[in-house]
Amino acid sequence: MASIELRDVWHSYDLEEGKKNNWQYAVENINITYENGAAVALLGPSGCGKTTLLKIISGLTKPTKGQVLFDGEDVSHLSAKDRHIAQVFQFPVVYDSMNVYGNIAFPLANDGVDSSTIRKRVYEVAEILEITDLLKEPAGRLNPADKQKVSLGRGIVRPNTAAVLLDEPLTVIDPKAQWGLRRKLKQVQKELNFTMIYVTHDQHEALTFAEKVTVMQVGKIDQTGTPEELHENPASMFIGYFIGSPGMNMMDCTVAPDGTVAYNGTSFQISKKLASGLLEHGNELTLGIRPEYVELITRQEKNAMSGTVKLVEDTGAYKIVTVTMGSLDLKARAPETMKVEEGQAVWMGFPEKDLKFFKDGKKVL
Amino acid sequence: MKYDNKAWLFLLPALGVMALSAFIPLMTVVNYSLHYIFSGAIPEFVGFANFIEVIRDAKFQGALGRQLLFSIAILAVQMPLGIAIALSMPKKGVGVAISLVLLGIPLLIPYNVVGIVWRLFSQSDIGLIPEVLSWIGYEYNVSLDPIDAPVTIFLLDVWHWTPLVALLAYAGYLAIPDAFYRAAEIDGASRWKTFRYVTLPKLRPVLVLGFLLRFMDSFKIYAEPLLLTGGGPGDTTTFMSLFVARKAQSYELGYAGAASIIYLFIVIVMSYLFFQLLTKLGQGESQKA
Amino acid sequence: MRQMEKKLEKRYIFLIVYFILLFIPIYWMLITSFKYDTEILSGLSFFPKEFTLANYKEIFTSEVWMNSFKNSLIYVFLNVIIVLMVSVPGAYAFSRYNFLGDKHLFFWLLTNRMAPPAVFIVPFTELFYTLHIHDTHMAVALGHCLFNIPLAIWILEGFMSGIPKEIDETAFVDGYSFPHFFRKIFFPLVAPGIGVTAFFSFTFSWVELIIAKAATVTNAKPVVVTLTVGIGAEGVKWGLLAAAGVLTIIPGALVVYFVRNYMAKGFALGRV
Repeated sequence: MASIELRDVWHSYDLEEGKKNNWQYAVENINITYENGAAVALLGPSGCGKTTLLKIISGLTKPTKGQVLFDGEDVSHLSAKDRHIAQVFQFPVVYDSMNVYGNIAFPLANDGVDSSTIRKRVYEVAEILEITDLLKEPAGRLNPADKQKVSLGRGIVRPNTAAVLLDEPLTVIDPKAQWGLRRKLKQVQKELNFTMIYVTHDQHEALTFAEKVTVMQVGKIDQTGTPEELHENPASMFIGYFIGSPGMNMMDCTVAPDGTVAYNGTSFQISKKLASGLLEHGNELTLGIRPEYVELITRQEKNAMSGTVKLVEDTGAYKIVTVTMGSLDLKARAPETMKVEEGQAVWMGFPEKDLKFFKDGKKVL
Repeated sequence: MKYDNKAWLFLLPALGVMALSAFIPLMTVVNYSLHYIFSGAIPEFVGFANFIEVIRDAKFQGALGRQLLFSIAILAVQMPLGIAIALSMPKKGVGVAISLVLLGIPLLIPYNVVGIVWRLFSQSDIGLIPEVLSWIGYEYNVSLDPIDAPVTIFLLDVWHWTPLVALLAYAGYLAIPDAFYRAAEIDGASRWKTFRYVTLPKLRPVLVLGFLLRFMDSFKIYAEPLLLTGGGPGDTTTFMSLFVARKAQSYELGYAGAASIIYLFIVIVMSYLFFQLLTKLGQGESQKA
Repeated sequence: MRQMEKKLEKRYIFLIVYFILLFIPIYWMLITSFKYDTEILSGLSFFPKEFTLANYKEIFTSEVWMNSFKNSLIYVFLNVIIVLMVSVPGAYAFSRYNFLGDKHLFFWLLTNRMAPPAVFIVPFTELFYTLHIHDTHMAVALGHCLFNIPLAIWILEGFMSGIPKEIDETAFVDGYSFPHFFRKIFFPLVAPGIGVTAFFSFTFSWVELIIAKAATVTNAKPVVVTLTVGIGAEGVKWGLLAAAGVLTIIPGALVVYFVRNYMAKGFALGRV
């Protein structure tokens, strides 16, 4: 168990391969600290650099610039093994020719631990993972979810494991088994208090597993925060859009000093106080509001924007209504009981407290 | 188990061609094996008489014994060597294509050219082997020495066919995802342990294929001993294929047919046994729980 | 880092030594092809004392030799095409379907590869005469199917089984007709496997002697048979044979060179 810090980390694969011109950074200016025992997620779309960061933390890749510190000590020169990192991969990695017991015992056997200690420890781990009845099974014959558990078991069997890194571990698990495995991962993390870093592109996985989520895109960190913080207070348009299902609505608008927020001919009012604060950053901004905060009204009201219903999706618990304002579609949540039909004229209210404003992709105010 | 017999449609073309190129000739051979054939006279049905004659024939037994020894020696050397080569080959970069081409060349040489080259190589007075061996005082003579001859054929086969095993092993080796090696590294496995628990198990299907192919094909060796030593000296290099072919050429078709069937039967049974053994072997390994 | 570099060097030394040993016989054949027969028979020389292209000239100016090369190329290509055309659907059947007798059929197919060509000389000759295809390229191409089709199905089945069945099912659900599915979806996925199979089929057909000899006389006489004439009563014409031998390697080497990327990819993609 250890705290992990990345300090001023920059990495370029191009430079690593010796490219002299036109090289690019895969990750830039990374500074994060994860406390000991934290459940952390690295979230972002494919190619954002999260796997690169994982490799830097695990020691498989040495960063072009910057340091990796475990418990305050620079481990940049240490190999993965010497950093006491355990890793669970995208597809289950088990030793087919051994049974489950042999698999989990393998790291300890290689360390030269005596067999009675190994036995005790393997059974402990198997019990936590609820695979004790599988110990005698050949590892190659298990289903993918159980194989991942075995993988995890190998990762936590050593007493001095600093952290467990999981690289999209649910990728090959079929949807029905995913829930169970996810729950087990979280349970293990909580019980054993491991620092666990979970890399994924699926926001749902990230937000349910982690206490702290780092969202990345294009090699940079957009924001690190708890799931609530990311949801309520996104630091960038990307996060607003990426998190939440459906994501935040975005509307390019113009703000006037008198509080008028205008889009494409229609407008609504915000307080002058808010407006003046915004105008410090310019008057062309992007407004963001989550569908669940958009007030959907069926009669015209003073401070509402008008539009036409394009699509109604009924989730059973609530409805997601797509309203079109010509060139822009917004989504709003409506209660299950509300009667809305396609083609209907509706109006949308935007409560000021739920509005977020962005400029050049970044949050202002 | 649901049967979808639509599959037979897909197989018709292949089966059609095989009927022509395999089934009919095979039936012809079976036919021969049951008859006494004299040139000019009408073949006479003799049931299993040919088979009995073949099994009792000391020459047949000799050829069979020689062949089995040869095949086992081949496997014992070509398999590990092929694996070792595959593991030494570069995994990426320009070296891959170069290695593949270099490795492929012995496989692309017509069998009789192989025979000719090695004959040139081993011929007394003009060959490299006798010359080099004379430097260390060994008198090498491929046509007269009953040890030199089979050993030379053995070396020829290793030279000729190890690349096949190497190519197959290389293919299997490339298919092993890197993640397994990283995991083994994290788990602290030594090089040998990594080989034993990651590489070898993952190579198994391809190695079984290589093993079976080499075993089956080793029985077919014909042109090389014919060209190199003519089967001699004596019959020290008369392996199965050569033995049977000679019988067929001297028009003892009944004998040849029966001998072929017997030898085919032996190869099939042994291949089947090897196959079962090798695939079961993989599932047997486990640690005590 | 030091240790890794040392390990790499040891590996490559082993490989290089192996390649050198591999090439000695070929080098020998090469230099022999550039020598006069008199020099060859008079003793050992590591490099031609008198360099000559006479052997090659004799081959290139000989109609027999040139036709032989042509014949070989023709029937080998014919064989590869036939083998691929029947084996791809065949392998597909084994890979995708369970059917009555499937395991037994597969095994029977493999046993054909064990059959020794030597004993098939007479049956093949008879068969080809009966079909009036004796001494044609088609005869050899068909004859070689004996061992190439089983191998092709064996290899292709392995590759195809690596492609998840879900892809097929999805395509059919999406309304693809079978030919369309095959051309647009399946074929690109299995192409490296086909490349590897084509390579092995080409190889085994190109080098085979016995059936080729049984099936031909003069019209379709392949180079492997023409090579046997160099061994006559007046002694072996080493120089000529060496030159012809060198030339027989070239088409093969070219094929390997051109498909090397397919092969590398095919090898990398999974089971052969």
